[in-house]
Amino acid sequence: MAREIWKWLGIPLIMIAIAAVIVIYSVNNPTDSIVARMLTYERVFRVIREHMGLLLVSMTGAIIVGVAGGIMLSRPSLYRIGRVMETFVNIGQTVPSLAVLALFYTILGLGFNVAVFALFLYSILPILRNTFAGIDGVEHNIIEAARGMGMRPLRILTKIELPIAFPIIVAGIRTAIVINVGAATLATFIGGGGLGDLIVTGLSVHRDMIIVNGAVIAAVTAILLDYLIGKVEERVVRWA
Amino acid sequence: MIKLEGLSKVFPGHNIPAVKDLNLEINEGDVCVLVGPSGCGKTTTMKMINRLYEPTGGKIYIRGEDALQMNPIKLRLDIGYVIQEIGLFPHMTIEENIATVPNEKQWPKDETKQKVSEVMTLVGLDPKVFKDRYPSALSGGQRQRVGVARAMVSDPPIMLMDEPFGAVDPITRARLQNEFLRIQERMGKTIVFVTHDIDEAIKMSDTIAVMREGELVQHATPSDLLSAPADEFVSNLVGRNRSIKRLHLIRINEILDEVDRAKPASEDAKIGEVEKQIEESDIRSVIVVDKDNKLKGVIGVSDLKRKSGEVAGDYCQDVTDTITSDATLNDALSVMLECGEGYVAVVNEDDQYEGTITLGDLLNVVKEEG
Ligand SMILES: Nc1ncnc2c1ncn2[C@@H]1O[C@H](COP(=O)(O)OP(=O)(O)OP(=O)(O)O)[C@@H](O)[C@H]1O
Ligand SMILES: [Mg+2]
Repeated sequence: MAREIWKWLGIPLIMIAIAAVIVIYSVNNPTDSIVARMLTYERVFRVIREHMGLLLVSMTGAIIVGVAGGIMLSRPSLYRIGRVMETFVNIGQTVPSLAVLALFYTILGLGFNVAVFALFLYSILPILRNTFAGIDGVEHNIIEAARGMGMRPLRILTKIELPIAFPIIVAGIRTAIVINVGAATLATFIGGGGLGDLIVTGLSVHRDMIIVNGAVIAAVTAILLDYLIGKVEERVVRWA
Repeated sequence: MIKLEGLSKVFPGHNIPAVKDLNLEINEGDVCVLVGPSGCGKTTTMKMINRLYEPTGGKIYIRGEDALQMNPIKLRLDIGYVIQEIGLFPHMTIEENIATVPNEKQWPKDETKQKVSEVMTLVGLDPKVFKDRYPSALSGGQRQRVGVARAMVSDPPIMLMDEPFGAVDPITRARLQNEFLRIQERMGKTIVFVTHDIDEAIKMSDTIAVMREGELVQHATPSDLLSAPADEFVSNLVGRNRSIKRLHLIRINEILDEVDRAKPASEDAKIGEVEKQIEESDIRSVIVVDKDNKLKGVIGVSDLKRKSGEVAGDYCQDVTDTITSDATLNDALSVMLECGEGYVAVVNEDDQYEGTITLGDLLNVVKEEG
């Protein structure tokens, strides 16, 4: 059992340790007074908190709406719309995240909420598409077997379609998270805060050390979440 | 039990009906086999019976009740269904797969477990070995068994089986067929069975319904179908060697008592006596058994010269293959041809000798019946 836990936590702990070492080193050994003023523990924790806030709120919304929407579009009555949506999502994802933020800035203005909303919309796409594609991909004969044995549509959805589509839905969520963590660094441009603060500050005062801190924490967050979700999925899906 | 009246199905956008004005009555406890070339509407007919497809015309009566008026969910829960593509749920273990209908019917958990394990044993899958496996870890033949087990676990009075033994080699197929017939003898279910293998149809059925391009061509007992095919299509389907096909209809135990055969030699019999027996035998061989009547081997003329010793046991060599008495004469013929011998030894499950069937016996049967 102890071994098992270490196997799970080994990589995450190493990643966190690397990020922590970089932060601690930078704060304690600032190259000059500008870095010393701009890079404090207090500020690092604040931007991490903001970043997690952006991520958590926008991802929770995206997962709920994306999965529910994907399920609805996979029902026979909306299926045609679902197919159209698939194409649109693929186009939508080619729009750069900076453009999305800029768009919402012009429409809704500044602030955390606007940033969350933009991230939410941007993260929904892969989840919506994968949920739809995952359910759509369940072999027809499996559904027919289930119907032939007297399963009701709702039971077929919850007992057959969703579990079989689960790995694909999770893949969509993982994609969304990685995109989200990256895109959230841009939130600072519209006053949404987050790790982008460090990066933008570093850029404006030409201090690479500050940039590196912001970038490393963002990267570690993305890798970490992706890794953990992958592990949980491995645990849940034992049949593939 | 099941009565189809003028049943038709036209798929939207098709001009030709997939099933056309089909009239068919299946008695309680009978196995009715639907045969016909690919695309003739067998699966479509079956899916109308459990209403996966809504008929575009005609009526379906089940036990005199209009099935088209019944709640489809209720109807399906009481009709075992083996889908052509097997359709196991990949994310569920074998046990969970088989428990599908009990779970829908909300049986108590331990009753379900009990019944699943029973039915797995019945189809020849050891529950201890297989119940926690996923379908991806099973062979094609094992998956088909699971499909059959899943359909029969709740003991439905009616079963629809769409090519349930389609994906296995001929030997496994013959074994599954024999197991199926043994089970059916006990259960007496009303079964609609689809195949496009006429030999399987003859072997498994009480009645055969031959279909062609959506229409019923002939509905008859296998024996009548062989002796009086309705038209050229049916006689082509049945094939030219009809008398050989009759061998499917007769089981070994039906003729075993009639065939007149020398007794087997016991393994400690003096070789001199056995030699005489071999000389007199029409297969120029004698079967050797031990004191529990278990099959020991066989002595042919050549073995007498090749080996030496005092008693029969010293001379005998292993029998390549045997057969049980619930197999058909056609199975016996296959074994003979495979082993290149003019006879096959019949044994029971404990390997005890019950008799011998020879090529001559088969010829006699064909002559008499033909
Ligand atoms: N869902 C469907 N939609 C449209 N056409 C269909 C559908 N299912 C079957 N058909 C058509 O109906 C006809 C009969 O098909 P069916 O599946 O009943 O044949 P079958 O006798 O079971 O053949 P096989 O031996 O190949 O399984 C075929 O021409 C087929 O193309
Ligand atoms: Mg078919």
